[in-house]
Amino acid sequence: MAAPARTPEQETARTSFRDELRAAIREALRADERVFLMGEDVGSYGGAFGVSLGLLEEFGPERIRDTPLSESGFVGAGIGAAIAGMRPIVEIMTVNFSLLALDQILNNAATLLHMSGGQVGVPVVIRMTTGAGRQLAAQHSHSLEGWYAGIPGIRVLSPGTLQDARHMLAPALADPDPVVIFEHGSLYNATGPAVPPPASYDIVSAAVRRAGNDVSLICHGGSLPKVLAAADALAAEGISADVVDLRSLRPLDGATIAGSVARTHRAVVVDEGWRTGGLSAEIAAQIAELAFYELDAPVERVCGAEVPVPYPKHLEDAALPAIVDIMAAARRTVG
Amino acid sequence: MTSARQNDVQEPAHPRAERDGEAAPEPSEQTKHLLDLAGQMLLIRAFEERCVELYSSGAIRGFIHLYIGEEAVAVGVNAALSPDDAVVSTYREHGHALARGVPPEAVMAEMYGKATGCSHGRGGSMHLFDAGRRFYGGNAIVGGGLPIAAGLALADKMADRSRVTCCFFGDGAVAEGEFHETANLAALWDLPLLLVCENNLYAMGTPLAHEHAQTDLAMRAASYGMPAWAVDGMDVVAVEKAARRAVDGILAGNGPHFLEMRTYRFRAHSMYDPDRYRDKAEIERWRERDPIPLLMRRLPAGTADLPEMTERATAAVDRAVKAAQEAPVEPVADLLRFVTHEGA
Repeated sequence: MAAPARTPEQETARTSFRDELRAAIREALRADERVFLMGEDVGSYGGAFGVSLGLLEEFGPERIRDTPLSESGFVGAGIGAAIAGMRPIVEIMTVNFSLLALDQILNNAATLLHMSGGQVGVPVVIRMTTGAGRQLAAQHSHSLEGWYAGIPGIRVLSPGTLQDARHMLAPALADPDPVVIFEHGSLYNATGPAVPPPASYDIVSAAVRRAGNDVSLICHGGSLPKVLAAADALAAEGISADVVDLRSLRPLDGATIAGSVARTHRAVVVDEGWRTGGLSAEIAAQIAELAFYELDAPVERVCGAEVPVPYPKHLEDAALPAIVDIMAAARRTVG
Repeated sequence: MTSARQNDVQEPAHPRAERDGEAAPEPSEQTKHLLDLAGQMLLIRAFEERCVELYSSGAIRGFIHLYIGEEAVAVGVNAALSPDDAVVSTYREHGHALARGVPPEAVMAEMYGKATGCSHGRGGSMHLFDAGRRFYGGNAIVGGGLPIAAGLALADKMADRSRVTCCFFGDGAVAEGEFHETANLAALWDLPLLLVCENNLYAMGTPLAHEHAQTDLAMRAASYGMPAWAVDGMDVVAVEKAARRAVDGILAGNGPHFLEMRTYRFRAHSMYDPDRYRDKAEIERWRERDPIPLLMRRLPAGTADLPEMTERATAAVDRAVKAAQEAPVEPVADLLRFVTHEGA
């Protein structure tokens, strides 16, 4: 994805993942009166992670709507409002809490169009935080986006860049079907230069964030910065990594994944979710299906350890994909 | 079959005087309305009794949850709703769909899994939909329709539309968290939501007192600060009156209302259920309060011809079955349709 041209002022303007998410929500609220934001503490608190700070003042409590702690209730209300023509953005504090709303997301949002024979569409956007790295222990740190990616009927997005934080929301709201967006908690404070808006924005394709010839490093969301750092370090060792940022977890862009593997003949899948039955397993299976004869080495996976995320920093770090783990896996494929 | 809110009464399809071709006295508007309600209940009854036969013969499959005995609730509540209002229902929703005006042909074709079904055959008995009539299913997760109904009502409130969303659910759903989340949300936000609890005394096979520490369900709803009361769910006149009062309150801006309809299903929970948990004498006692004869007895002498009305209902079901039998199935090549709009 080529970066659009920037003016020198824009080149120097810095922004953050959180600010870009907020700018996207603000823009959507200004552009379409059917859009509203709903969730726990999205109003005067400004969102559990500060994403909606200041929006209540601009748009008022009807459109920046605090909800009771009723995940199933307010996610279902978002689904109902979407059926009735609104374009709700529903914020769930974390993916762990989203399990309380899984009935609504799976049994209703993802299913109503089909059960009704195409009559009842659910154009809702559900945003939630995912991932570990902040010592929040086992009920605020998991990466369950792979589970959601297994559900037919929903689109699952995982922004890993400022540009995606800023520009994925509008096409998600334009989608007539439900879209679930995962925001990795470690990315909110990530900063970089502001990028001017593109003319159109694709939320279907994976992106090659760094081109290389020796090994494909396939990742998404919060793992992307680690993978890019690993790729830099590998380059110093003479290993040229092709970094694929999945961006969309459902549908998966198998063509871009297979295209990368066809260039490098080796693949390392990096995913903070659990290894067993996880998203990494699906990607490895797709590589086996789509690019088996291109492979010169077994597919490697670097995943979250099979343990509820522990509180102490040294144990949490050990449970998560680390740059050194990614490098070691890459070396094994070329070794 | 949907009554307009503006009119308390609706023209019956075939006024009796015309059929007789003689100068019978014109029934009053109220009598005509009651005859219409009776016709709707008879249609639902005939439809479901045919479902039993069709299920037994293997023509239709899946779970079939019969509404026989509870018809007064669907018919009476619907009489108080306007075509602009929305309805969210449960897996025991044949009666709600038919009362809402979904054609028997479309409902029966759905039972057959045919492409002409009201959900294109994809839903079956438990997932009847008709978006054009604002009939939003057909939800087979107990309590799962409640938050959606709150959302439909929220959209109306935000867009300043004067209409009501009616959500049907059973006594079992009152034990679900989604009921309490929705009741709180609806009361907190003053949503134009009519909560109709069909208390048929059993959550599948579990009696009310075995699943609820407090069996006064209306009282529990009232604890959320909404008007809530119990209604004789076997008496269609009482049901309609209560529903009108609730709808008026909702449209006046008084927020959600809860009606506990005390009713009873004469049949087992589903076609799979051997019904071992209910005393036969109890069932017989409730059958004495069958909502259809109860209504017929209220009609002025000489205004209702029950055999003729029954025959008309049966004929409508015959036509529905014939149409369903002759309707096409979807080709297997279309399997992945309706998963997303792309594939629809």
